[in-house]
Amino acid sequence: MARIIAGVASSHVPAIGAAIDNHRTDEPYWKRVFSGFEKSKEWMAKANPDVCIAVYNDHASAFSVEFVPTFALGCAAEFPPADEGWGPRPVPVVKGHTELAAHIAQSVILDEFDLTVVNKMEVDHGLTVPLNLMFGSPKEWPCPVIPLAVNVVLYPPPTGHRCYMLGRAIRKAVQSYPEDLRVVMFGTGGMSHQISGPRAGLINSKFDKAFLDNLSKDPQKLVRMPHVEYMREAGAEGIEMVMWLVMRGALDDKVDEVYRYYTVPASNTAVGHIILENRARGGKSAPARKSPAGKRKPAAARKARAPARRAAAARAKVATVRN
Amino acid sequence: MARQKEYEDIPGTFVFDQERSRQGYGINMFCMSLMKEDNRKAFKANEAEYLKKFKLTLEQTDAVLKRDYNRMLELGGNIYFTAKLGATDGHSFQHLAAVMTGSSQEDYAKMMLGGGRSIEGNRSKSGKAAAKPARRAKAAKPKAKPRSKARSKRG
Repeated sequence: MARIIAGVASSHVPAIGAAIDNHRTDEPYWKRVFSGFEKSKEWMAKANPDVCIAVYNDHASAFSVEFVPTFALGCAAEFPPADEGWGPRPVPVVKGHTELAAHIAQSVILDEFDLTVVNKMEVDHGLTVPLNLMFGSPKEWPCPVIPLAVNVVLYPPPTGHRCYMLGRAIRKAVQSYPEDLRVVMFGTGGMSHQISGPRAGLINSKFDKAFLDNLSKDPQKLVRMPHVEYMREAGAEGIEMVMWLVMRGALDDKVDEVYRYYTVPASNTAVGHIILENRARGGKSAPARKSPAGKRKPAAARKARAPARRAAAARAKVATVRN
Repeated sequence: MARQKEYEDIPGTFVFDQERSRQGYGINMFCMSLMKEDNRKAFKANEAEYLKKFKLTLEQTDAVLKRDYNRMLELGGNIYFTAKLGATDGHSFQHLAAVMTGSSQEDYAKMMLGGGRSIEGNRSKSGKAAAKPARRAKAAKPKAKPRSKARSKRG
């Protein structure tokens, strides 16, 4: 049985990609940003997933305004890097996992998520920058990656609740896949930023930090947050953070936060990053169709897991970097 | 149709919603065309002539020719698309951001290095949306309120 072992959230600022591509990662400005991902790369190398599912958004690269799918699942074997105006990024072609992607499409559509199946798609910095941050710059990406493009460009994007529930449905799909695969979910974008209009440059670190706290410990607080609150508090483009909720929905109700990094700025954006691990095996989550209000486990079950939780919390403390 | 749009209360922000998308299709498709080198050349050779292909309104054409980025957004352009026009002109994204905020690129870059534009005083045109105290522990600084009030008086 395949299972989701962890979730990673990370900003996908294009300037981070440009700094990598132009070999500027040693400059003090960029060193600060990249230093926050050194531990993440170690974690990722250790986690060594068989497949990643990356929730991201396209920025007028693969999708113009001709058609705007709300959720588009990349079911192709390959996703070449898109030319975003300066030639395609010099990063490896993203290899998909066609069997698992087909299985997910089949499962989540029957679970009433009417997603768009995409068999030909180029991927832009929204997807490739987080891959760089977590895998570095290898000749080939170390595992297949299934892209899940979410519309956050044309208002309204799917609601946070919808995103969270899609995560739940993806989790169910993954768990019903017969092969023994270990899967890491990526949620990308954010954190607070506004890059358009006279209010451009907006950063709201308090919002971001509270969002990270809730994402980790109490995602139910986030799933009902209306779009206007994201836009008002975290900037017009900060609404990208709904994509992190797809990732979170695919994880257990209770997770261990093993790492966090936050810094301002990268170009116009607050960079946020968090790694959440599912607890060992068989962590249960609310079934996909029920309301997201996760039911609490019986006290005995909670107690039995307490030592593991404490150990994980201790680990998290050591690893966490707060700026 | 006239649905109340709560986000219109956010200052300095043009939300690319369905209505703007409807109006701005031409602007965005024009910008998208600039992904091809031949098209960039053709546009640069005769901007007004090139724009005719995209059926923009007179106001939209004017905004593009004048590189009035805020006006383009207001008339239905989306930032990820209009950024392609900026790139065609050889400008960095931060240059465009500075232009939209009415500051020099240097000042804008300084603001970002200093932690970005503060949310305080930038939440609401009407002053109705005060900082949310519910947002974990020490949410709002009290100074947001008087500023918002001053705004609402002006409005």
